[in-house]
This record gives sequence, structure tokens and C-alpha cells, in this order.
Amino acid sequence: MSAPPSKSNPAPDTLTVVVDGKPVTVPRTTPDPVSGRPLPTTMIQACEAAGVVVPHYCYHPKLPVAGNCRMCLVEFGLPALGPDRQPILNPDGTPKIVLQTLPYDPGVPRAAIACATPLSPGMEIYTNTPSVRKTREAVLESLLINHPLDCPICDQAGECKLQEYSVEYGQSESRFAETKVHKPKQVDLGPRIMLDDERCILCSRCIRFTRDIVGDDALGIVSRGSHSTLTAYPGRPFDNNYTLNTVDLCPVGALTSKDFRFQMRVWFLKETNNLCPSCGTGCNLVIGSRENRIYRYEPRQNDAVNSCWMCDFGRLNYKWIQRPDRLAEVGRRNADGGFDASSWTPALREVADKIKGLPAGALAIVASARQTNEELFLLQRLAQHRQALTDSIPRLGDADHLLVNADKNPNSTGSRLIGIAGPDLGTRLPTMATGIAEGRIKGLIVFGEDVVRHGLTEELLQRLELLVVSDVLPNATTALAHYLLPGCAHAEKRGSFVNVKRQLQRFNQAVAPPGNARPEWEFLVECVGRVLGEPLPATLEGLFNQMAKEVPAFQGQTWAGLGDLGKKLG
Amino acid sequence: MIVKRTALTWWERLYIPAVLNGFRVTLRHFFRRKVTMQYPEEKWVVPPGYRGAPYLVKDQDGRTKCVSCQLCEFICPPKAIRIVPPGPEVDPATANVEKRPREFEIDMLRCIFCGFCQEVCPEEAIFLMEDYSLTGGSRSEMVYDLPRLLALGGTHHDPIMKWQQKAREAGLQGVKP
Repeated sequence: MSAPPSKSNPAPDTLTVVVDGKPVTVPRTTPDPVSGRPLPTTMIQACEAAGVVVPHYCYHPKLPVAGNCRMCLVEFGLPALGPDRQPILNPDGTPKIVLQTLPYDPGVPRAAIACATPLSPGMEIYTNTPSVRKTREAVLESLLINHPLDCPICDQAGECKLQEYSVEYGQSESRFAETKVHKPKQVDLGPRIMLDDERCILCSRCIRFTRDIVGDDALGIVSRGSHSTLTAYPGRPFDNNYTLNTVDLCPVGALTSKDFRFQMRVWFLKETNNLCPSCGTGCNLVIGSRENRIYRYEPRQNDAVNSCWMCDFGRLNYKWIQRPDRLAEVGRRNADGGFDASSWTPALREVADKIKGLPAGALAIVASARQTNEELFLLQRLAQHRQALTDSIPRLGDADHLLVNADKNPNSTGSRLIGIAGPDLGTRLPTMATGIAEGRIKGLIVFGEDVVRHGLTEELLQRLELLVVSDVLPNATTALAHYLLPGCAHAEKRGSFVNVKRQLQRFNQAVAPPGNARPEWEFLVECVGRVLGEPLPATLEGLFNQMAKEVPAFQGQTWAGLGDLGKKLG
Repeated sequence: MIVKRTALTWWERLYIPAVLNGFRVTLRHFFRRKVTMQYPEEKWVVPPGYRGAPYLVKDQDGRTKCVSCQLCEFICPPKAIRIVPPGPEVDPATANVEKRPREFEIDMLRCIFCGFCQEVCPEEAIFLMEDYSLTGGSRSEMVYDLPRLLALGGTHHDPIMKWQQKAREAGLQGVKP
């Protein structure tokens, strides 16, 4: 039998509580982040809904609740009930709230951990009273008892919850006169993780993540009391494709990434929103860079795509961007078969004039599904104008249960939606090969793919009158190009991708491209505009908005409207 | 404001009394105690607390005290300091300190001798010393690198030695520091 809706409880599936004097209505139950089972909504979720931040270490919205750090202790009051189980009212008609106190000492308020205490109707939560602040100070002091305080050498410094809460609730001097318990430092947990057990505050976030989210029950806490130590299963390295997420989850500097360890202090890093180009999932990420060098990728929360996680492969797949053999100069084939360095303006003019000189239908375009929608759109406009055959290259691999998709192209969906490729990528390549062999196709434009490995052999490419290649790294196709146009990695330009679940997302530029390399959309606007004889938008926003008008799948989308999380296409 | 030029008197227009008065002042200083210092043969003794060039120091055990926390690089107003952290390779020579700079450069042409680096250093590894006259034949010569800064800085007699104390404590508990 459900209670009739009243003022304090307007609908049976929601309830209203008061957080620091502000009423907030929240659902009675919230799905469990792992199983999806409905669980009672907790105090910390109500505080979050009210915009009140409660300090915490072990609680994470995407992990099961452990309730062991005690940092989120808050005071609360409940409506007083009379003997008839009806609320006792104040003289002004509001329900009388009784502050909860210790049963054995009614003078002392009873604090409760906000992360694991379910709400009840009419509850009042107090997160900032003097006694709550004193409680936090005491909890923090206890967490710091055995902490080594080696912030000058700790990679977490600058983004450490212990540091942040110490500023707010810490003591200026330690009262702990005894000797600290020492634990192992530089523990090699696995191929990508280094553990410093002294810094660990035993919040168990990493254990819960790898057990409940990844399904690899690899970590655990051994020993007791002050000697409790985080460790991996004996004799087995902590090695799954999601280990580096534990480094992000760790609120202190215990779990560190071997890749980022002692590379750069985090406060120097410029953070840029970007997307992972390693598979079709399109995990949202933040690039940390300083002075044109990329230091790390970190996942960015997007519940429609990757929650708070990303795979280790995608996270570490950035070193090619800074390879010394990146293509950085515009190249133009000379009469002797070698390359002359050229500059953009004459090269683009010559390319456009040569494309215009080809008869209709004599051009073919291979555009990578690693390119942005804007670049694919410009190539598609060119293809329509010259009646060119277009396709992309499929790139398949292994998938897993969490984030990794079998489609290793970040923008296969965009390539299909714009019309560069058919439903199956790569099916038009044999037609292209026969077209070149029979001499019907005289010109080929290749973007970001080594077509020699995909059926268009070196012998075929040598028959072409015009071979324009744009890429970021040298390969067999770039070696044969008549015009070589150096392009940009995803971290060096702006653009948008559509992931395998049709989420249209945009990304921003983090670092500058090497040498004379330019974003592909920039030089395509110039070149394609010259072939078409019409001016094309000179900004990425304008280009995207024009694409949204012309491509049916993107109808109604705007660059500004995409926001940081993107939009789901219908 | 306009100052009216007054006409000189006959006595003033003579000039000779003024010249003689000048000689009188010179003669007075001639017999006084000398204040001129024969620089550079003779060097000035800097007062305590003087902010000269910043150098790096080693501790009594010969360990580079800097752990490359990069706080000085961050605080430095003219961006004179550049540090390259050691990277992930474990260096057994650093023992429980784990970190020390791979490269540490101070551009003495940029340095404004403000002393923020010394103030911010959590390891007491950088000090503004007494050198005030730095010379070099080129700009690159004025960028002091790690070995040079350590050689100029010398040893700091640190009474606390916190890392050694940590290592001793850990050793007594049977933990490899």
C-alpha cells in the first residue's frame, strides 16, 4: 500500500529531503552502477543533486559503495513522529525535525556516512556544521597518520584529494609523534602500473573497479590495521586492458602510470577535450600537453559513450604523433622521380587544375575512415562534382565486453553517412583497381591510407597520371605520390567523428602540427573550392554547419550545439 | 611652473670664488678616510640575506637535494628555470628519494634574483648565494646547467636529513626503502 502523494512527497517514486536548508527532490531508487538493480538513493546523491559537494575518497558514482574512508560523514535530522506515527508539527505547521544523536550520549550528534546512508522522506542533511567540519578534520588526520607526505616526488601532487582536503580540513602540524608504518614503495604491479603502498589510503576504488567493472579480480588488501597493504594476486601481474583507469580512480598517488611516471608535473599540463581515434567507440578524453608535447591521455566522462573509463591501448596510443619521421613538408614529384619541396599555394593550385583537367569519371578517391566528417564531406563534394568513385578502408580487430569495438576506424559511421563508403567499407576497391588497370581511372586521391596494402599495387599506382596523397606518416603509397600533402593527427586539428553508436562528437586541437603540415580540412577547402568554382566556408564551424545542411543524417546539427558530449543521431 | 631667471651679481659673475670653493671641498675629502673600493681586485663583502645567483646544493652525503618537483619552475616570474624530470626508469642510485632532475637549467640572463625559488623549494635544494657578478662570452654560456649549478652551490649542511631518516625508519621495520 503506497502512501498518498503529499506536499513533502509529491510522487511515490520520488522523495524530498532538505540539504543545508535547500529542499531537493530525488528518485527513491537509483540504479546500481554495475548491475543496474534499483538501490535506495543515498545522502551523497541527494547532496550532489542539491549542488553541495561532500568530501569523499572511496565513493565514486560509477562504482559500488564501500563506505570505508569515512570522509563523507554528515549530520542529519529526521521528522519527529508522535505515538500515532504521525509527524509532530511545529507551531508554524512545519514538521519538527530531530537531530540524530548518539544513542549512548544524546548530547553528541550522530554523523552518518553520506555515501551509504539511504534517504528517508523529510530527512534534513547538514554538511557544513562546525561538528561536521571537526569530524572531517579528525578523519583526515587519521588518514594522514601513516602517509609519507612525499608530495614533492609524488605524481599525484596537484590533483590529489589528500592535498585538496588538507587545505580545507587539514592541520598545519602533525600531532603524530610515533614512528610511521613504512610499506613497500616502487611495487611493480603490472606492465603499466607502479604502486607506492605507503601513499595508499585503502579506499578500495581500484579493487572495486577491476573486480566489478572489468571482471578481473586481481587486486586486494592483505594484512591488518596500519599494516594493511594493497597488492595484486601473488605471482600474477595486474595486466588487463583497463589497468590505467585505476590510476585515475586512485584519489592519492599510490597507483601511478609507468608511462606518465616522473614525466611532468600535472599543473603544467594544458587540458584539451579530444576523442580517442583507436576504435569505433570514440571514448571521450582529455589530452594533457605542455609546449607542444603530449604527455598523457585521460578519459573524460560521457555516459553515452565511455562512462569514466578508457582502455589502456587507446590511452597509450599517442606516441606516433611525435614520431620524428612525421611528414612535415609539401612534396611535388619532379621529372627525375625525386621529390621537390614545395609550398602550399602552388601545390594546391596545380592539384586543383590537374583534377579539373581529368575527364569526368576518371578520378577515384580513397578517404580514410580515420578522417573527420568535415574532411570526408569536402572529398564527397569533390567526388560528386567529378563523378569520382570513392571508398574507405575497413580496419577490423578484436572487441571486448567493455569499451573496445571491433571496428578500429573512429569514423566508419561518418564515412557511410556522408556517402564516401557503402554499407561495407572497401567493397569498391576492386572496381577501382580494374579501373586503373584498364586506364579508365587516371587520377587517384588518397587520404590517410596505405592503399598499396589494400589491392592498389605499386604497379597500378605507377600507371596513374595524377596521384595526390595526404598522410601523417610515410608509407609505400606516400613514396609514389605525385603531390604529397602533409596532414595532421587528431590532436593537431579540430573536427568531428560519428562513433559506432551514431554519437556525433567533436574534438579540439591540443598541439601544433610539425613543420608545414596543415589540417586536411583547411587545404581541402582551398583545393576543392577551386575545383568547384565556389567559395567554401573558411572556418570549421561554417564548414560543419554547411555539412549539416547538405548531409541528411546531420540535419539540424550545429557545431556549437554538439557541446562537449556530442549528440546522438536519429 | 615658470621660474624666473635671476640676473647674477658682479661677485657671482667673477666665478673665481665658486672655483676656489670647489677646490676647498676636494681638499677636505683628500684628507678624509678613503671610501673607494679597488674593484675587481678588491671584492665587496655581501651582507647576510643578500640575494645573489641561485645555485643547487648537495647534502652531506653528496646527494643532489633537488627532487625535480618543478615548483621553482612554476613560481619563477621571468621563467628562467627549466627542469627535465627523470622519467619512469627506476634509478637505483636515488634510493628512497626516487626522483632527481635529469636536466636543470637556470638562464642567469633571465633571472631577476627575486628568491621565490628558494622560498618555494620544499627540499631546501636551491639557495640564492653571494655571487652578484656573473659574466659570459655568449648567451648560451649564461644558461647554467645541472653540473655547473651543483658545483657552484656546494654542500648544504641540512640538520634534518628527512630522506635518510625515512630510510632508517623503513629499514628498522624491515621494509626496503
